Amino acid sequence: MPIQIIIEKCTGCSLCVKACPFDAIRVMDKKAVIDLNKCNLCGACVPACKFKAVLLEKPQNTAVPCAEELKSYKGIWVFIEQKKGKVQPVAYELLGKAQELARSLNCQVSGVFIGHGLQDQLDELIWHGADNIYLVEAPELANFQDEPYTNVIVELIRKYKPEIFLCGATAIGRSLISRVAIQIKTGLTADCTALDIDPERKILLQTRPAFGGNIMATIISPNYRPQMATVRHKVMQPMQPDKHRKGKIIRESFDPALYASRTRLLDIIEEVESLINLAEADIIVSGGRGMGGPENFKLLEELAHVLDAAVGSSRAAVDAGWMPYSHQVGQTGRTVAPKIYIACGISGQIQHLVGMQSSKIIIAINKDPDAPIFKVATYGIVGDLFQIVPALTKKFKEVLRK
Amino acid sequence: MNIIVCIKQVPETTEVRINPETNTLIREGVKSIINPFDMYAIEEAVRLKEKFGGKVSVLTMGPPQAEAALREAISMGADEGVLVCDRAFAGSDTWATSYTLSGAIRKLGAFDLILCGKQASDGDTAQVGPGISAHLDIPQVTYVKKIEEVKEKSMRVERMLEEGYEVIETPLPAVLTVVKEINEPRIPSLKGMMRAKQAKITFLTQKELALDPQQLGLAGSPTQVVKIFTPPQRTGGEMLKGEIPEIAEKLAELLRSEIP
Repeated sequence: MPIQIIIEKCTGCSLCVKACPFDAIRVMDKKAVIDLNKCNLCGACVPACKFKAVLLEKPQNTAVPCAEELKSYKGIWVFIEQKKGKVQPVAYELLGKAQELARSLNCQVSGVFIGHGLQDQLDELIWHGADNIYLVEAPELANFQDEPYTNVIVELIRKYKPEIFLCGATAIGRSLISRVAIQIKTGLTADCTALDIDPERKILLQTRPAFGGNIMATIISPNYRPQMATVRHKVMQPMQPDKHRKGKIIRESFDPALYASRTRLLDIIEEVESLINLAEADIIVSGGRGMGGPENFKLLEELAHVLDAAVGSSRAAVDAGWMPYSHQVGQTGRTVAPKIYIACGISGQIQHLVGMQSSKIIIAINKDPDAPIFKVATYGIVGDLFQIVPALTKKFKEVLRK
Repeated sequence: MNIIVCIKQVPETTEVRINPETNTLIREGVKSIINPFDMYAIEEAVRLKEKFGGKVSVLTMGPPQAEAALREAISMGADEGVLVCDRAFAGSDTWATSYTLSGAIRKLGAFDLILCGKQASDGDTAQVGPGISAHLDIPQVTYVKKIEEVKEKSMRVERMLEEGYEVIETPLPAVLTVVKEINEPRIPSLKGMMRAKQAKITFLTQKELALDPQQLGLAGSPTQVVKIFTPPQRTGGEMLKGEIPEIAEKLAELLRSEIP
């Protein structure tokens, strides 16, 4: 027998019953019983069992689900990332994109909102494009933790079967969704910058940069559902909020065992100097080796303050100890795509360029007219940044009346 | 403390081009290196071993030439190298890769910690680390910038987020993916390089691992690449010349039009 329940270990908790996509398991006399006529040995029940009571011998055929099975997956879901109960901007961007995709598929858009005390933001999500919100609230879920959030999402996906699942390519999103995709056994494409629906096959075309943005790849997961993707910040547009939109709230709660986390969050420390999040900033003022020393970053901070901008840095300035690593833009740091990127005293090594070349406008200030940064700059200024930057700060202050 | 470091061999530069006729990557003439993020994982493993004793095993999946990456890791202080290498694994996406690596890890025996770089510089997915921990059903902490404290059966670490960091305690065994801030990788010593030259590399094939063939390589990969193309290259724009006040005026105008 390829699959069996180890009777001594089974507690009859019925977690496997819920996990089974084929309705093949029943609990009888407090023990799980598998109907082998219905079971297709997919193995979904194996990790679902907390007591290791399901024994699946090397599955011979976990092959691709049939077309009928795929068709039963409907709707587009968006993971609504929240920190301290506050919805992160990338969630609104994804709802906007999901609405656009939903028009091609003629389906609904749902948000998956996990946390505690989230009530006051439900309207806002609906106004921004959520037709349904799957709301899972519990004190244990207040802050993100990989395991409980994974458990909840896996349960929701097995129960409601969405066709597409989108998530921000944030630190939390990339960590969480990778784990979910493994458990569900489905395809996941990281860090997408474009999403479309193939007009004939009605599948999700996921386009992402690879090799530091030198190559773009379009990826599909035709035989698995949901089709999962993480999407970069600031790439998609949120829709104009419509206060007349109506949506449905679907509250779900699960066995508290699913909310348990082996890792324990002890503290969350916000770093004052990076209060304006690089990934979410509309404008970034960045400095490199040409800044000459840590004290000169004050000039950039002043300019950034006037513009409500974040301060970035090249690797050279981080390695020299002038700026903390959390500010580093580039291959070994963060990838950013603000509306305006002002590069001061940055020569423009390829490792830096791959982290910022998708910015809409790049302004480069450098004293070396041959600096490679000018090859990607929308506007280049050859000159002394110690004169130019303070002049810009002064001028912008006048213009913006700050 | 027994530590397994998962690494990947990647092309050295990020200036990879595609052949427009065959639509494949031009890898010729491009040197292969250890993924830069994995260097921090190797270094951290060696530091933990130096402090607490134990063994560092370096694991990679790839073609036979990935052996060079394992030897380099050994020159930095790792004890042994394991290369998972078989045609059956070719074409693996992140699902199949993490499945195969977790199969190899089970084969390697008891371990306390798995370290990975936060992502590889070629694919940039950051999925294989969490994927391994999901397959092995052990905890994960991603984007670790510091290991604060190591206890018998647990560890306290700092995990980098967009606007600060979290302090997390995880039981062991666990998977950690690390960022650059965690350390500065050492330059291999002469002695280390000699040792690396002589070290025996263990090859694991599908025959030894006996994994589910349906979950391997192309067949086991849910994602398929349908198109690869080069994005339009950014070209240099306008050089602003003239006196500084003029330039400032021009940029202020731009600002007004861009940021309403």
